[in-house]
Amino acid sequence: MFSFIIRRLLIIFPMVLLVVSVTWGLIRMAPGNFYSGEKKLPAAIEENIKEKYGLNEPIYMQYLIMMGNVLRLDFGVSLKYTDRPVNQIIRDHFPYSATLGIFAYLLALVIGLSAGFIAALKQNTAADYASMSLAMLGQSVPNFVVGPILVIVFSLWLYIFPPARAGGFMNYVLPVITLSAIYAAYIARLTRAGMLEVLRSDYIRTARAKGLDEKTVLFRHALKGGLIPVVSFTGPALAALLAGTVVVERVFAIPGLGNIFIQSVLNRDEPLILGIVAFLSILIMAFNLIVDISYAFLDPRIRYE
Amino acid sequence: MQEEIIKGTSLWQDAWKRLLKNKLAVFGLIIVVLMTLTVFIGPILLENFAKITADGVPRDSALLKSFAPSQRHWMGTDDLGRDQFARVLQGGRISLMVGIISTIVSLLVGVSYGAIAGYFGGRLDNFMMRVVDGIYSIPYILVVIVLLSVFGGPNTPGWIKSLSVTFGGGEGMSQIFLLFFALGLVSWLTMARVVRGQILSLKNQEFVLAAKATGVSTFRIIFRHLVPNVLGVVIVYATLTIPSVMLTEAFLSFLGIGVQAPYASWGSLVADGIKNISIYPWQLIFPGVTMALTLFSLNFLGDGLRDAIDPQTRKF
Repeated sequence: MFSFIIRRLLIIFPMVLLVVSVTWGLIRMAPGNFYSGEKKLPAAIEENIKEKYGLNEPIYMQYLIMMGNVLRLDFGVSLKYTDRPVNQIIRDHFPYSATLGIFAYLLALVIGLSAGFIAALKQNTAADYASMSLAMLGQSVPNFVVGPILVIVFSLWLYIFPPARAGGFMNYVLPVITLSAIYAAYIARLTRAGMLEVLRSDYIRTARAKGLDEKTVLFRHALKGGLIPVVSFTGPALAALLAGTVVVERVFAIPGLGNIFIQSVLNRDEPLILGIVAFLSILIMAFNLIVDISYAFLDPRIRYE
Repeated sequence: MQEEIIKGTSLWQDAWKRLLKNKLAVFGLIIVVLMTLTVFIGPILLENFAKITADGVPRDSALLKSFAPSQRHWMGTDDLGRDQFARVLQGGRISLMVGIISTIVSLLVGVSYGAIAGYFGGRLDNFMMRVVDGIYSIPYILVVIVLLSVFGGPNTPGWIKSLSVTFGGGEGMSQIFLLFFALGLVSWLTMARVVRGQILSLKNQEFVLAAKATGVSTFRIIFRHLVPNVLGVVIVYATLTIPSVMLTEAFLSFLGIGVQAPYASWGSLVADGIKNISIYPWQLIFPGVTMALTLFSLNFLGDGLRDAIDPQTRKF
């Protein structure tokens, strides 16, 4: 187990460097420059800019310098917001995205688990069909359609929740619901499938045969095994949650990291792009590792040699 | 071609029968077929019978605004007075095209990758699958966003432009061709895993041994003898990849880096609609609902196909 964790940690670093390198390569392969606008700059100014950002160095030196920055986790100063270091920007804006993501995932877990659990217990009844159709619907309607519809109904007609901007608890209700819809749907389907499989397995029959009451069988024995597919979905879900937050932040005008990322890409703000890509890659890979470790606790059959 | 396969083997006939028993899957199939037909034939009918085109801006300046749905404009008009119904159909063409072609790209990559890893096994397999695991865990969507914004618009690489011209799209379509590759190249992972698993269980069977004994080359064994045997799961996962690719395309178009004007897709239509959400809700609702209905049907069809073709993985 210990060596497994070490090995995975050792893989994370090259993977992050690879992602950052690919991103850097893409930015550099594009024609033009971040400073070239509609009007051509005077030669002297252009020279100064090149000097300042080290663009006169040979390309491999620029690459090595960039890599050095990534390894020291110091991404320099944003090209657009010239008074703000990249690390500062990430620190300022990440909390919005994190709040959104964490609450959305929790809500999705609560709704998805209970819907899937009930659907599995009442298999092939109206409750089962209803929750599974609803889940399929949640999986098919894009969140940028769900969000605006919620805004129309709850903000513009009923005046219950504010339509946009970050702020107090009320501001987060609609974005969190929007973001969680698709994950709740996935989790419901996975829970149902997992529970159905477990409920037919031998160890559940044994538990019933030795006279345990139904509650203990379901919640102590079956639930643990039925949750494994849900846990394994957590990894991909995190990566997808990221894409989701980009959209939801945009729809609800929340100043999170996703919004900043899109801005930075449109501005060709290289240090900021690389900083956000590296930060999110590390974050997601670390989470994946935690998910893999938590498997072993849920399912004793899984062993990492 | 399809007919032949279904008639030739009872395996496919069985699958077809199982599919027909699944009401939701049949519903999905019907909607998908109808939607595809409407999207491809609809604009032609509209143009010939009602003289309505997707990019037809009315001459009368009083009509240059968004009207609610009426008898002439079933889904209303957009800000420039263009018919929304024609635009949704036109957008559907692009959305479906991106979905299908990107899926074919992902199919080519995923099937070859998975087949090679599964057939050779051992260290190569181990390495190739670690790479897949690695890519799975990175936020590739960030890279795709950078890729599209860097190579979008005027910066599209020459070979994609010439591809677009060759296939009759003209240079204007090169952004869409870029999307095919960008989306195809990030959605092959599941396909590679599934195909590898199937090949692993097939490669030790007698027919492969027989092929080896008669001196068939490794390449031919993989692509002529093994790959056709995994066609079932490939079809299943392709059907499930189409809606997920379409969703990603819509997401990118929503952010403004996917399909660009003058072309429109369901995603970009929804993005336009959101701007006027409180005044002209029909601009959002019609493209949004059409797209959701299509994805819904494709998902049901894919699930039904999985149950029909690959009953072992059936989740009761």
